[in-house]
Amino acid sequence: MTGFAAYLVFFLIVALTYSIVVMGLNLQWGYTGLFNAGVVGFFAIGAYGTAILIGPDRAHLIGGFGLPFPVGVLGGMALCAVAALIVGMATLRLREEYLAIATFGIAISIQLVALNFESLTGGAQGLVGLPRPLFGLFDSPASYNLFYLGVVAAVAGLVFLALETAVRSPWGRVLKAVREDETAARSLGKNPAAIRLEVFVLGCVLMGLAGGLYVGFIGYVSPLDFLPILTFQIWAMLIVGGSGNNLGAVTGAIGVWALWAMSGLAISRLLPVAYQSQGGAIQVILIGLLIVVTLIFRPRGLIGESDSVSKHTGAR
Amino acid sequence: MSGGTRPPELSAHGGNGRPATSGGTGRPAGDGGAGRLEVADVVKAFGANRAVDGVSFVAEAGRITGLIGPNGAGKTTLFNAVAGEYPLDAGSVRLDGEQIGSLPPYRVFSHGLARTFQIPRPFGGMTVLENVMCVPERQAGERFWNSWLRPGLVAREERRNMERAREIIEFCGLTKVERQLAGAISGGQQKLVELARALMADPKIVLLDEPGAGVNPALLDTIVDRIVELNKRGLSFLIIEHNMDFIMSLCDHIVVMATGRVIAEGEPDTVIADPQVIDAYLGGAIQ
Repeated sequence: MTGFAAYLVFFLIVALTYSIVVMGLNLQWGYTGLFNAGVVGFFAIGAYGTAILIGPDRAHLIGGFGLPFPVGVLGGMALCAVAALIVGMATLRLREEYLAIATFGIAISIQLVALNFESLTGGAQGLVGLPRPLFGLFDSPASYNLFYLGVVAAVAGLVFLALETAVRSPWGRVLKAVREDETAARSLGKNPAAIRLEVFVLGCVLMGLAGGLYVGFIGYVSPLDFLPILTFQIWAMLIVGGSGNNLGAVTGAIGVWALWAMSGLAISRLLPVAYQSQGGAIQVILIGLLIVVTLIFRPRGLIGESDSVSKHTGAR
Repeated sequence: MSGGTRPPELSAHGGNGRPATSGGTGRPAGDGGAGRLEVADVVKAFGANRAVDGVSFVAEAGRITGLIGPNGAGKTTLFNAVAGEYPLDAGSVRLDGEQIGSLPPYRVFSHGLARTFQIPRPFGGMTVLENVMCVPERQAGERFWNSWLRPGLVAREERRNMERAREIIEFCGLTKVERQLAGAISGGQQKLVELARALMADPKIVLLDEPGAGVNPALLDTIVDRIVELNKRGLSFLIIEHNMDFIMSLCDHIVVMATGRVIAEGEPDTVIADPQVIDAYLGGAIQ
């Protein structure tokens, strides 16, 4: 494989992993109006949960159960579900920006736990040397990456199909009703509190799934991978792609990650070495600019939400 | 929904042969049927302000009961308390003998009480059709796994609900806008969307909060027609309204509130001549 093709494979693995996170956020925000600003926290829980379950036994660390990778990922997702249930019950009475502040703080706390709970998470060094699933069956890293891209694409595709089927049914209609007007939904026999909690947990479980896939690919976890900037990148992907549309979520994930990667490349090529470290800020500025430009010129995103929710009522 | 006698199936309305009755003559008085709402000693206070201060009355089954009173009398607060939006501080609310006071709104709804809002609350980002289709309770498709595991059941249910929703939409004169976003139609049409949603629930009683406010005369006639027609089929109504013509022509029984209490009730003609009622309205106007 040429360098470019190898890079493209690497790029797509990361972008599709993030697309799963964006689809989870889309379920929460796009369909139900839950302002989750703690995305990275649940991605981290999935990643650490998986890492602890699949990692080799180490004397100085708790965990290291050496379980098979799929079991580890499922375990990470289950851990995410429990965490989301607790966080959800504590915070979901809050509305919009208040929920955002609370979840943002919780994500920071999760990252700090990862950084400081050394006997479980390995602290600042993280957990390294994690087994990559079926790595031994491939003769070169490039062919392994191609295989892993297939795995991630299959999982992302499955998540996409499952979500599309679910939201384009009466369930999606109820979510949207809760998003549009909770009081009216309540007066019409829906229980918004239960619906919000259900959606919060489901969305966070998808973020945890992506965290597990991420760990399987890079083979280690480090608290530096779970800084708040990732939450904003994920939000940018959803806003740019089109909130309330799963295809928009995937498009946004690939598009924004491409912009991020290319701008990083451009900065490293064009800026003098002395300014390289400051140059990273340009990427962050670009993300902010992209969000603002999208909100002004295309508020519904590249692929916006469709008027009809249910596939049964979309066409005459 | 819970047991008891139900009003005739509204799905029979459809497009065929709906009479263009208007005016308020010759309606059967409330006898038997479902939708008897009994409000007893209800109190709802916000801090020191007792917005509803020991209100009791009965909205008989099969009747159109009017609730009037000057601004600030506590009518909408009472509605919200009855519908479960506010828990009661004291008193009880019964629907056909079943206690519904202080239940959450979605449980009150399950007992057969549907309501509309003073300022319409449509699901603005959804089409009119989906606003109405959202309503039926316990749709199998409201469980996300059923769309994966039992798609046939969900599709059948959706077809049935869509058919019924479109009948009700036609009955409410909204067919032309059924594919438009509910947030993009006129305020009067939004009131009709709320009525349509209420009807989709197949309720025993409907609470309407100022159905005529801010509605143009032509649409108002439509709304009055529909209420009369539905009432003929046995549906009970409790209506807050300031438009006296509307109330006088529509209601069998009127309850008058002022400063959180019931000050008079009875037949429209008697109530309107009551000196206390005149005083409450004029007193309010002079202040």
